[in-house]
Amino acid sequence: MPEIRVTPLGAGQDVGRSCILVSIGGKNVMLDCGMHMGFSDDRRFPDFSYITRHGRLTDFLDCVIISHFHLDHCGALPYFSEMVGYDGPIYMTQPTQAICPILLEDYRKIAVDKKGEANFFTSQMIKDCMKKAVAVHLHQTVQVDDELEIKAYYAGHVLGAAMFQIKVGSESVVYTGDYNMTPDRHLGAAWIDKCRPNLLITESTYATTIRDSKRCRERDFLKKVHETVERGGKVLIPVFALGRAQELCILLETFWERMDLKAPIYFSTGLTEKANHYYKLFIPWTNQKIRKTFVQRNMFEFKHIKAFDRAFADSPGPMVVFATPGMLHAGQSLQIFRKWAGNEKNMVIMPGYCVQGTVGHKILSGQRKLELEGRQVLEVKMQVEYMSFSAHADAKGIMQLVGQAEPENVLLVHGEAKKMEFLKQKIEQEFRISCYMPANGETVTLPTSPSIPVGISLGLLKREMAQGLLPDAKKARLLHGTLIMKDNNFRLVSSEQALKELGLAEHQLRFTCRVHLHDPRKEQETAMRVYSHLKSVLKDHCVQHLPDGSVTVESILIQAAAHSEDPGTKVLLVSWTYQDEELGSCLTSLLKKGLPQAP
Amino acid sequence: MKLYCLSGHPTLPCNVLKFKSTTIMLDCGLDMTSTLNFLPLPLVQSPRLSNLPGWSLKDGNAFLDKELKECSGHVFVDSVPEFCLPETELIDLSTVDVILISNYHCMMALPYITEHTGFTGTVYATEPTVQIGRLLMEELVNFIERVPKAQSASLWKNKDIQRLLPSPLKDAVEVSTWRRCYTMQEVNSALSKIQLVGYSQKIELFGAVQVTPLSSGYALGSSNWIIQSHYEKVSYVSGSSLLTTHPQPMDQASLKNSDVLVLTGLTQIPTANPDGMVGEFCSNLALTVRNGGNVLVPCYPSGVIYDLLECLYQYIDSAGLSSIPFYFISPVANSSLEFSQIFAEWLCHNKQTKVYLPEPPFPHAELIQTNKLKHYPSIHGDFSNDFRQPCVVFTGHPSLRFGDVVHFMELWGKSSLNTVIFTEPDFSYLEALAPYQPLAMKCIYCPIDTRLNFIQVSKLLKEVQPLHVVCPEQYTQPPPAQSHRMDLMIDCQPPAMSYRRAEVLALPFKRRYEKIEIMPELADSLVPMEIKPGISLATVSAVLHTKDNKHVLQPPPRPAQPAGGKKRKRASEEVPDCKVVKPLLSGSIPVEQFVQTLEKHGFSDIKVEDTAKGHIVLLQEAETLIQIEEDSTHIICDNDEMLRVRLRDLVLKFLQKF
Repeated sequence: MPEIRVTPLGAGQDVGRSCILVSIGGKNVMLDCGMHMGFSDDRRFPDFSYITRHGRLTDFLDCVIISHFHLDHCGALPYFSEMVGYDGPIYMTQPTQAICPILLEDYRKIAVDKKGEANFFTSQMIKDCMKKAVAVHLHQTVQVDDELEIKAYYAGHVLGAAMFQIKVGSESVVYTGDYNMTPDRHLGAAWIDKCRPNLLITESTYATTIRDSKRCRERDFLKKVHETVERGGKVLIPVFALGRAQELCILLETFWERMDLKAPIYFSTGLTEKANHYYKLFIPWTNQKIRKTFVQRNMFEFKHIKAFDRAFADSPGPMVVFATPGMLHAGQSLQIFRKWAGNEKNMVIMPGYCVQGTVGHKILSGQRKLELEGRQVLEVKMQVEYMSFSAHADAKGIMQLVGQAEPENVLLVHGEAKKMEFLKQKIEQEFRISCYMPANGETVTLPTSPSIPVGISLGLLKREMAQGLLPDAKKARLLHGTLIMKDNNFRLVSSEQALKELGLAEHQLRFTCRVHLHDPRKEQETAMRVYSHLKSVLKDHCVQHLPDGSVTVESILIQAAAHSEDPGTKVLLVSWTYQDEELGSCLTSLLKKGLPQAP
Repeated sequence: MKLYCLSGHPTLPCNVLKFKSTTIMLDCGLDMTSTLNFLPLPLVQSPRLSNLPGWSLKDGNAFLDKELKECSGHVFVDSVPEFCLPETELIDLSTVDVILISNYHCMMALPYITEHTGFTGTVYATEPTVQIGRLLMEELVNFIERVPKAQSASLWKNKDIQRLLPSPLKDAVEVSTWRRCYTMQEVNSALSKIQLVGYSQKIELFGAVQVTPLSSGYALGSSNWIIQSHYEKVSYVSGSSLLTTHPQPMDQASLKNSDVLVLTGLTQIPTANPDGMVGEFCSNLALTVRNGGNVLVPCYPSGVIYDLLECLYQYIDSAGLSSIPFYFISPVANSSLEFSQIFAEWLCHNKQTKVYLPEPPFPHAELIQTNKLKHYPSIHGDFSNDFRQPCVVFTGHPSLRFGDVVHFMELWGKSSLNTVIFTEPDFSYLEALAPYQPLAMKCIYCPIDTRLNFIQVSKLLKEVQPLHVVCPEQYTQPPPAQSHRMDLMIDCQPPAMSYRRAEVLALPFKRRYEKIEIMPELADSLVPMEIKPGISLATVSAVLHTKDNKHVLQPPPRPAQPAGGKKRKRASEEVPDCKVVKPLLSGSIPVEQFVQTLEKHGFSDIKVEDTAKGHIVLLQEAETLIQIEEDSTHIICDNDEMLRVRLRDLVLKFLQKF
């Protein structure tokens, strides 16, 4: 029995380290290859030894697909391809291909230069890894090999984020990566057609949240920033260099312009300029409004937002700073946070999800005394605000996507177990389909029953279609034909054609039954009586009396002959071929009962 | 399968393909060479043009002199210019299901088709095709609407009058169907019917046909199309290039195994080598400017201009032209330059890698930044302040009948220092220049047409091996002006089928098979048997379900359980009304084994007689006779149904069912 097998190596009942193995139609595909922000030991990368203990990964995996450039989806890629060893194709969209190496390099620098980690991947490894990347365009059907094909759909979330359909024959799986069902200030909404996959693997970060309207959240955000700046405080917004940052920049830029505010807005790290440049070059991946107006005004050219210098953190007066990384787990955002945390006039706004173990997660869960390295304790007096700007689908959005794609089964990843449980029930109730939520290392097996495509000869099909259009569905007509299987070529043809093609002659099987009748009259009269009897009984059939005295019912021949010994008896010879078996057999038993008395 | 040919222009095709149950329009080209018969539309009042003498028939009848003007021996229509539309009467265009667009030059007739024929279908095109196509249409509408002309001439179109006119007016075809330009409103409405597609995207049409665009290498987003069902494949090749310019390279491999390949959009200048022409363009440009003259390049706002600017970018400094201003004047100049930079995914590999840096893929960004290239929406406004001579001006329209180019022709035409360089191949440069004669300005003809030439085509056809080639009739004979050049035509086996405007071709296609799906439950119940080595057979009796052009075979319904009592009795008497189809039989019956089998099943007193063609087996006890021949078996018995059925089943054991 064919089946689809799914095993999460990461992101199973967890957020972070997305990595999901899928076996479908004999092909093995790895979806995403992420790192976990909450760990800095072995657990930060997926356990690739699970895939194969001894063989080479390249022999086992047919391809790797990266859904978008966030490190929890691609952070382990150079480790996987260059250190563990994988030489097959790695598919991703072009923006992902452009931005991914930059974030990897950033990540490497923090790990190696700041934390002094040894045995980490090198810059050269990132380059070599990216050479294995193959760009996929939206909606393009990429033929990985003769049987395996993949197709990307727009996912929103971040620039270049995509959902992927993986298809072998008539079986398919859709993996959503991270997606967003509502358009935001710079990206459009995720979209997929009614592709009816056997399985939909969806993220479930916000499995239980129904978010209020985006407008309200934006107003809230602007109000908080504005108030803090008005009273002379500093606002820290930890972000990742690409993605949410651009959306919030557009938001603040337009607000500053409208309100004519003077407080400076900074963007940390040298990446800004460059990051915005990517957005300018990948305009077709942004939302409709930006695409329409970019010739007049490129939304990613900011007037009010300037590059941040380390020294600015200590300057007096209000300011707004976007600093990386987004979860306050390292780098510049953490440095600034330390400097500003002690002042209650200041504010930190966390615009996205923070994984467990990060400073971001700690302050969001209400912790106000943080232990830093060297036994130092940092008291957090500044205001801590959480604003869900992260572009994940909420429960409503996930249900909406399930409705769009109409899968036969759903599998949840990239979320917390408790919340998944809730969503799982909801999906099972509403759509009446099975929903799975395997933990890491746990395998879900779905038996499939693919139908078999064959070629039917047009003659046979047309013949059937012409006759088969009966209004009464209960009396379904049977199509009869012969399936010729030669190599891998399956053809359904009419029996006559099959015989002809194979150079075989038809063997005719014929029956002739002798039915004895008491009838002293002449043979011709007996035949006449048989004719009128059958004519009256078999109203739906074609009964004929031929000039030579014989009677036919359809293609069955009936002849009357004299009995050799008994003149009071006549012998009816009923003759039919095997193809008329039912009718022939039926006729003989009918005639055996004798003819009605002549009037 | 039929092909309705609605356009006679080989590079601006418009064909309709009827394939299975779908009606597919392939491209929507607009023949603009008709505008060459009209007087130019000047942006600024031109005394020369307005004082041209009227032309009248030799009989002295002067009624035409309002419509027709004479300039240096040529006669022009003084009217709003008109375009030659694709044929609209050959087929009811409201029945067209979809329109496939191959590149932005081949969609210029779209508003005429989608807005005025009752068309209700969908148009498919790539994003760059739509965006740049929109720019081309916007420019065209702008050029024509900017210079309102009251007069719309129609007298000359009268058939009896037209044949009395001098050439080329006399020979203009289908003049009664010529139409004025559409409006921006019609353009927007037409473009709203387009659905964007990506290369190698498989698009299902009604479950019957699948269409797929492929990169054609000719322009940004330009495509060839595959139209296929499971057993038939038509390739539509339109405007393709194998040269390395800016677009993504042509996808040739996917064109393989076509039953029919429709070939349009080959180079219009088969004798010119594009690389050589670019060189000539640069050197003539430099020569003129060095001598203090101005250079005018009539061009479209997108396409070859990107390559020319790139060449100049490399050439300017080495040729000492860095102080010379380059102007690009078009209502869509800015948009075109901006759009070219955001379609990285549609560009050649070299340019794609630039965005990873991230840098703009085209170097004209740098030309603009360093102020070497300036762009303006028109000659009015800022341009008049910045204008310095000598200079190089890129502007449209290449027909020289409308757009800012008309102004520069009037302005610079009288000085032999200046040069006009023709790079676009769509219009005959001599005809384009006719209403400006006499002209002192130098004219250089450097047509750059990167589309396939005949050598490349024959190589391509050898490579992809289509069963049949269909092409415009122009490609099946050498060009009229070079009738000895037998190499300037398509050479393939079997010879290409040719079409001309308003013709309907029956394509040599025999559909034999259709895809059907066997449901897994049915597949499980099939019993294959090997008939010959490697060939197995299974008889199938199944129920056919057809929905949305998809066919599925499901297991036959279980025979209804005989209901109890009365009904059963009646049922047994009833004559079967629904004929159950019995399989055909094949094989032969070996007499000896058959007799052994009979014995094994309890028959005795068996006698076998030989006949001319076979044997007769006699079961004397049962008064039964079985005639066995090579291809037939005949059981003759008394009316003993039990016996007959037993014998039947024994015979069937030796035969194969089909």
